[in-house]
Amino acid sequence: MYAQMIKTAGTSVKSREEMTEDERKFQDRIDADEKIEPKDWMPDDYRATLIRQIGQHAHSEIVGQLPEGNWITRAPTLQRKAILLAKVQDEAGHGLYLYCAAETLGISRDELTEDLLSGKMKYSSIFNYPTLTWADIGAVGWLVDGAAIMNQVPLQRTSYGPYSRAMIRICKEESFHQRQGYDLIRACAEGTPAQRKMAQDALNRFWYPSLMMFGPSDKDSVHSAQSMAWKIKINTNDELRQKFVDQTVPQAEYLGLTVPDPDLKWNEERGHYDFSQPDWKEFFNVIKGNGPCNVDRMTARRKAWDDGKWVRDGLLAHARKKAAAKAAAAA
Amino acid sequence: MKNEWPLWEVFIRGQHGMSHRHVGSLHAPDAEMAIKNARDVYTRRNEGVSIWVVEAKNVVASSPSDKGPLYEPSQSKVYRHPTFYDIPDDVGAM
Amino acid sequence: MTRDEALFQFLLRMGDNTLVLGHRISEWCGHAPVLEEDIALANTALDLIGQTQLWLGLAGEVEGKDRDADRLAFHRDVWDFHNVLLVEMPNGDFGQTLMRQFLFDAWHSIMLGRLQKSADHRVAEIAEKTGKEVAYHLERSADTVVGLGDGTPESHQRMQAALDYLWPYIGEMFASDDIDAEMASAGIAPDPASLREEYDALVTKVLSDATLAIPQSTFSHKGGKAGTHHSEHLGHLLTQMQWLQRAYPDATW
Repeated sequence: MYAQMIKTAGTSVKSREEMTEDERKFQDRIDADEKIEPKDWMPDDYRATLIRQIGQHAHSEIVGQLPEGNWITRAPTLQRKAILLAKVQDEAGHGLYLYCAAETLGISRDELTEDLLSGKMKYSSIFNYPTLTWADIGAVGWLVDGAAIMNQVPLQRTSYGPYSRAMIRICKEESFHQRQGYDLIRACAEGTPAQRKMAQDALNRFWYPSLMMFGPSDKDSVHSAQSMAWKIKINTNDELRQKFVDQTVPQAEYLGLTVPDPDLKWNEERGHYDFSQPDWKEFFNVIKGNGPCNVDRMTARRKAWDDGKWVRDGLLAHARKKAAAKAAAAA
Repeated sequence: MKNEWPLWEVFIRGQHGMSHRHVGSLHAPDAEMAIKNARDVYTRRNEGVSIWVVEAKNVVASSPSDKGPLYEPSQSKVYRHPTFYDIPDDVGAM
Repeated sequence: MTRDEALFQFLLRMGDNTLVLGHRISEWCGHAPVLEEDIALANTALDLIGQTQLWLGLAGEVEGKDRDADRLAFHRDVWDFHNVLLVEMPNGDFGQTLMRQFLFDAWHSIMLGRLQKSADHRVAEIAEKTGKEVAYHLERSADTVVGLGDGTPESHQRMQAALDYLWPYIGEMFASDDIDAEMASAGIAPDPASLREEYDALVTKVLSDATLAIPQSTFSHKGGKAGTHHSEHLGHLLTQMQWLQRAYPDATW
């Protein structure tokens, strides 16, 4: 999932007695599954939390272009190149939709971008891992998009209208992303010994970072409780992680690949797989900026933004001149 | 100092004969580029045959607090709906 | 040289142009000045990759040696590439990329317009389909060149520099050789020189709207189309593009 460790604004879930009249009405609407729209009254904390969450989600899409974009120019066939390019382009589109949803809350896309570049806002930890081989592109589609979809499908029902609509559009477009990844890594897994090795190596490196995408356990978190009451978070991190593992293990088995977890086993009683937790120390390090690619990712984004300034300014200046000339002609 | 491209709302007609529908927003320096950007952003999967763009600041919206007076009165006009009327089966399709 | 040998070469020229330019444009994905441009550039690149599959696919068919579009794209070396030099020039800044795009799109759209009347129906069909895509490329790149040329002093200066840098690569698109003569006499493709007048009118109009000065020099580099003198840039592009296929020749992807 692309929004991790979102700190909910406010300190705890308020009881009905503690709520103001407006807050009570607001909560009633959410409980009745009504959508909240941009001009509706909403608590400041709801607005602030949503900006953080949607913003982080959008940033993740944009930074997420980089690890996969790393292989566009090296894709091994024309078709694979087109598929990958279309997929990475979709990520840009998804970032765009999400920024627009955030903009309905009273913050501009440029402000959000500045907050990403200054380090004030974060993006998903997963994109700080490198894509070293072509099979990694398969692993990213299969595992990373697979994990993202786990989170995004329920978010289509989120309480904030523009966010929900963006998620619906994104889910519709994303449906090919995971499949193309699986198809790609499958070609490797069923290929030559060297390709097979590539596929296993990709799974080895992306398995635990994918599990980290759901964030640490939040069953006792007050932030999550408030976000769930507001329906901007639908499931707990552990629920989604379990669902992801249960879904993914048979897919790995089909490929004849080994999930790099010696303790992974089916638990008949629970009806789920038991599995090892990722190294949460590593996760917090990555979040803090110490992942293998944090610096490179931010350097690339900053460069695109800084180098692009003259283009954005130039096209806007031309548009203003044209509008002024038109106004002068009409006067 | 702020030099952000304006925000545009995008409306697309999916197929001939249907109304334009709001699909989302985007940024563009002017209306012409907004149309082009809409084509590139919102019709990648063959979604449209016609595009409208409106600069977001020019959209006039009803106020949420007027919801009651604006929409509730129509709820009582049940006689506007065809199912209000009982037509005998013998009459045939109507 | 038989007619089919000439046709094969001609199809490689068309396909290599779109292959190399599509590759160049795809280098921008994730790095463009603004999201809308990132998405638009990717659309152009996707069109060009698709066009490559058509042109090189037909080339392989005409050659009859069991080489498909991928085989041709990923297993030829520099001297067997027949794109014009213009498309292999590096991206430079966004202005240089869009100027290169416009200068190529203008030629490409005129060329495809003529090819729609080709005596070879396979060529005509590809031109028909790709012509629509390229008409949009041209509209977009021309608008951007005008916008940036006329924009701020900085954008104007960068666009003028891009034009000055790329101008000597224009002429190659209109130079005719034996292959062109064979194609023209068979009614398969126009004599490239015959496109120049229309091109000049179009380019002059757009560049003057962009407030840019057209360079006076008529000198032109050549050697890309013939394959004899590519720039150093192409080798690096191929090194990247073909690497997986070359490193794992027995693999299927």
